[in-house]
Amino acid sequence: MREAAASQTATRWVLRVLVVGYLFLLVIWPVVLVARETFADGLAPVIDALRQPEVIFAFQLTLSAAFWAVVINTIFGVGISLLLVRYTFPGRRTLNALVDLPLAVSPIVVGLSLVLVYSGRTGWLGGSLEQAGLQIIYAPPGIILATAFVSMPLVIREVMPVLQEIGTEQEQAARSLGASALQTFARITLPAIRWALLYGVVLSLARSLGEFGAVKIVSGGVAMRTQTATLLVEERYQQFGVENSIIAYTAAFILALIAVVALVVVSSFQPQKGTRR
Amino acid sequence: MSIKITGVGKKFGDFTALADIDLDIATGELTALLGPSGGGKSTLLRIIAGLEVADVGSVEIEGVDATSLPAQKRNVGFVFQHYAAFRHLNVAGNVGFGLKIRKRPRREIKARVAELLELVHLSQFADRLPAQLSGGQRQRMALARALAIEPTVLLLDEPFGALDANVRKELRAWLRRLHDEVHVTTVFVTHDQEEALEVADQIVVINQGRIEQIGPPHELYDHPASEFVMSFLGPVTTLDGHLVRPHDLEIETHPFSDASAGRIERFNRVGFEVRLDVRLIGDDTAPPVLVTLTRADATAKGLETGMPVWITPVAGASQVRITTAATPGAENLDLSAANSAPQPTFT
Repeated sequence: MREAAASQTATRWVLRVLVVGYLFLLVIWPVVLVARETFADGLAPVIDALRQPEVIFAFQLTLSAAFWAVVINTIFGVGISLLLVRYTFPGRRTLNALVDLPLAVSPIVVGLSLVLVYSGRTGWLGGSLEQAGLQIIYAPPGIILATAFVSMPLVIREVMPVLQEIGTEQEQAARSLGASALQTFARITLPAIRWALLYGVVLSLARSLGEFGAVKIVSGGVAMRTQTATLLVEERYQQFGVENSIIAYTAAFILALIAVVALVVVSSFQPQKGTRR
Repeated sequence: MSIKITGVGKKFGDFTALADIDLDIATGELTALLGPSGGGKSTLLRIIAGLEVADVGSVEIEGVDATSLPAQKRNVGFVFQHYAAFRHLNVAGNVGFGLKIRKRPRREIKARVAELLELVHLSQFADRLPAQLSGGQRQRMALARALAIEPTVLLLDEPFGALDANVRKELRAWLRRLHDEVHVTTVFVTHDQEEALEVADQIVVINQGRIEQIGPPHELYDHPASEFVMSFLGPVTTLDGHLVRPHDLEIETHPFSDASAGRIERFNRVGFEVRLDVRLIGDDTAPPVLVTLTRADATAKGLETGMPVWITPVAGASQVRITTAATPGAENLDLSAANSAPQPTFT
């Protein structure tokens, strides 16, 4: 018995060391190094970097694109989840598989395909939209589209299992008690999925802030016009000079910081997600 | 009539759930829809509630044609087998939901909820979440929630089906008392014949999408209209081409009138009663006839295994002549004796 217990303990330790070591080498160390590079010369250059109009603009653009992408994904994510869970229709399985496509396809491909559809030069849809005065590619709408595309599955994959689990009886009960479809959704369905939805929203926000490949293709990355924070990091990183490096690292650090804060917020919600049934 | 159902039919794909149902349910009555699983009784209840739409036929509630009314406008209280508790609302929130939807003043809601929680004995649990309640408490909460909207009719779909045996019996008696207090027209679905016999004013036996018989419990029990009703409502055995209740058989150790001769094959004492398997003379292929009598009777007659006996139905015993080949016979007796009806599955 004692030997078995000892070998169990040993297995546990080996597993722990492996997992922690893996995470350290892959995630923790690199992120820590970014922070160290950022503050290598103290706080003053960082604050200077944050005052640069290009940096301010890039973060404003990133935040507003992420915001709209998340809004779009929340509305359509809940809608698609309801459709996939509650209704059977021809093509449902295909649609269900398509939802995962953005996770599987490289963002570069997403960007290229969006350009083909929405660019005034290549796509008839883009052409007509441009004639109507709405430019999508090389403009903020394109950035929002690309960001929304890439982060689309995150809300759906969080919400769908919960919808499946709660079933339809609560909704039927609400209907029989006199609630309209909208009231039932607002008072019964939405509260039931709220934690999963919040989790999906935060994940999709974090993903949207960090999107690079698709945005690079559709935006053109012109400073002060279509350059998001991630594009700014790339551009400044490739340029010479300490000042540029500091800007690149500062922007990178802030992106990482937002992601970490988002994850901390999410994990603080998780226990409630588990017990609130 | 509180509920009037005319010519209702419903199919799910190829499966006929209900065929040409006509049913009147009187105001203030407690009616049981009784039948085997998959027989269509739940579908009928859901059609009354508006949770399911009939393919043909009409539903009238208190003189109003409700056939095409959505569930939310029928003012029907519905109680689900698995409670359908609103998990994110506490008990008071659950019970007050319908009133809140109706935009009643907050004070009125509070008073009504308190009153209903009193009625279902959940007053001290008002602030609990459903997850913190037992199954029986959740179902009482669901009942209070349905009653809160002062429904025209109260519909219960296997309300005690998910509860364990003791709680079930308790709640069943409590439902009967509650109905005597509240007097709302109530229809409940069950596959438990004892539940129906004990609680209901009227029983509607439904099998394979059709109504087999409608009547008060004693009438159905004493004068079953078909083999199905007879065998579904209680234990039966076969004697002389008829279905008869095992406790309606007279047994003697000597020949009398035109009684059939046999031999006691098995003597089984279960609590206060004695169950005998009697093998008839000259009929070795048929299953043995089951006879039940009290222990005192069996002792007085000195019955034992292997003894020659003569049996015949007592005067006035309910009997149904067997016309179909596949009648639930002796193989169902053990089930029936254990208080659960035979449940052939039709789905």
